[in-house]
Amino acid sequence: MKLDDVQRIAHLSRLELNPAEAQAILPQLQAVFSLVEEMQAVDTTGLEPLAHPILFLRQLAQPLRADQVTETDHRTENMLSAPAEQDGYFLVPKVIE
Amino acid sequence: MSWHKTPITLLAKALEAKQVSSTELTQYFLDRIAAGKVFNAYLDVNPELSLAQAAHADALRAAGKAGKLTGIPIAHKDVFVTQGWKSTAASKMLENYQSPFDATVVANLGMPNEANSHGAGMVCLGKTNMDEFAMGSSNENSAYGPVLNPWNTDYVAGGSSGGSAAAVAAGLAPIATGTDTGGSIRQPAAFCGLTGIKPSYGRVSRYGMIAYASSLDQAGPMGKSAEDCALLLSAMSSHDPRDSTSLADSGEDYSRYLNQPWREGNSNSAKPLEGLRIGMPKEFFAEGLSAEVAQSVQAAAKLLEGLGAQIIEVSLPKTKLSIPVYYVLAPAEASSNLSRFDGVRYGYRANAYRDLNDMYKKSRTEGFGSEVKRRILIGTYVLSHGYYDAYYLQAQKIRRIIAADFQTAFQHCDVILGPVAPDVAWRLGDKSKDPLQMYLEDIYTLSANLAGLPAMSAPCGFNSKSLPIGMQLIGNYFSEGKLLQVAHQYQQASDWHLRQAGEVA
Repeated sequence: MKLDDVQRIAHLSRLELNPAEAQAILPQLQAVFSLVEEMQAVDTTGLEPLAHPILFLRQLAQPLRADQVTETDHRTENMLSAPAEQDGYFLVPKVIE
Repeated sequence: MSWHKTPITLLAKALEAKQVSSTELTQYFLDRIAAGKVFNAYLDVNPELSLAQAAHADALRAAGKAGKLTGIPIAHKDVFVTQGWKSTAASKMLENYQSPFDATVVANLGMPNEANSHGAGMVCLGKTNMDEFAMGSSNENSAYGPVLNPWNTDYVAGGSSGGSAAAVAAGLAPIATGTDTGGSIRQPAAFCGLTGIKPSYGRVSRYGMIAYASSLDQAGPMGKSAEDCALLLSAMSSHDPRDSTSLADSGEDYSRYLNQPWREGNSNSAKPLEGLRIGMPKEFFAEGLSAEVAQSVQAAAKLLEGLGAQIIEVSLPKTKLSIPVYYVLAPAEASSNLSRFDGVRYGYRANAYRDLNDMYKKSRTEGFGSEVKRRILIGTYVLSHGYYDAYYLQAQKIRRIIAADFQTAFQHCDVILGPVAPDVAWRLGDKSKDPLQMYLEDIYTLSANLAGLPAMSAPCGFNSKSLPIGMQLIGNYFSEGKLLQVAHQYQQASDWHLRQAGEVA
């Protein structure tokens, strides 16, 4: 991992790192990835990835529910935590000129 | 009365016998919380709300509608959303966030009402401090300051459920909820001299639990004894249609085996654990384990042997690899889960920005702490084009091997015994400079999360500096009741769990 990679993934993560912060975090990430490299020595040919622990035991039935409206209107409560709001809508900077 | 030294099983009896009311008990703990602020165990306390719930509990009892847990106070980790108390996950991102609903765990344990007829009637004392978004092993990553260990305030309380652990250890709550993604119930329980259990994945609903790594997160109780944990877990767990990974068969009385002999029909009361095979993984006692912790866990094994159990050696060959596997998978899931914090619908928004993209970036950069950012970066990297197969998929494949290795071990034993952590609590600040150093401390707890197995921590001694040592018991899927049985039998024959941290105020 190089400094360019750090800035690239910071952008993908929608995080900002100034040059000093990127310099400071690089060796920390490199240390983590030197440990992560140890995984490459394991032969995993033919193995299925395990995304969810219970899938190791049994197939999980996809839980389905009746196609009915169960939620009531919580708009007022939900808008209480909005950083910027107007008339029950979230306000964001203008995106279309 | 020293109610803070009383297990919840006895608080329940005292309430039932009308020796004390829930209002008196709640006030007692609120007073202790006010006097015990030095530990920084709580992030939000609201005496008015707690006392209103206590009055409700007392009214239920007067009307003959009290259940086992009605009126007993409890502290909730701030990762659970609650109506009334702020829900911040110890992040600046959610400073002052008020949830419009209760997490299922909070509802299951809380006051019964029309929408929630099954509520156990416990009184919420407040929300406990934690590592930000549950990312950390020392509770030093909280945006609201570290939690101090009640046994010695120069030391960490462990993490990420450090506030819950310190609250119970300092007698600021009789019991608390925690969550465990890589050891976050077991390790702080061990560091603070408590008993805690992470149930099998899917037992406890994750609805309303602020997500860190969804395929690993699981909630559980942290208390003074296996008996207390069994009682609380029975009320916490339920099938929840609002969590797609919630198991259909989740409701269970986890106390039912506590006082049974391991083998049905065994009438030798001196050897209640006859027939139990305990496996000790040789990799858990290899290089890196402190001598004092090793000695205490070996002594616990001897005691269990004396109760009739048979000790055998087993192997979990990929123990060391659980660290890189976890620190690929958990950050990957976290980077996805935490993408919701964008400064639009809730949470922190930066004051100054140029455009929408800049608003996202500045809000996230200013709102998240450094460990959270580090994990988001790691997760984004392992999921990015060109690295996905080598890192993320490879980690998921090794995760399958780790889960299979446990099944091989369980062919030879019924439960696995080992240390919770390589050492006792460390001094505040000792490991915060080097994140990797802290990650290595999770070596014995991560694999149970990766495999989804139930695992618990129980006190088994102290080191030369009088800091608590914990032992870990790992069971096969859905064997929580049997794990708690082993721990309970151990606690009937030992008194480590009865030791109290120094008095506050």
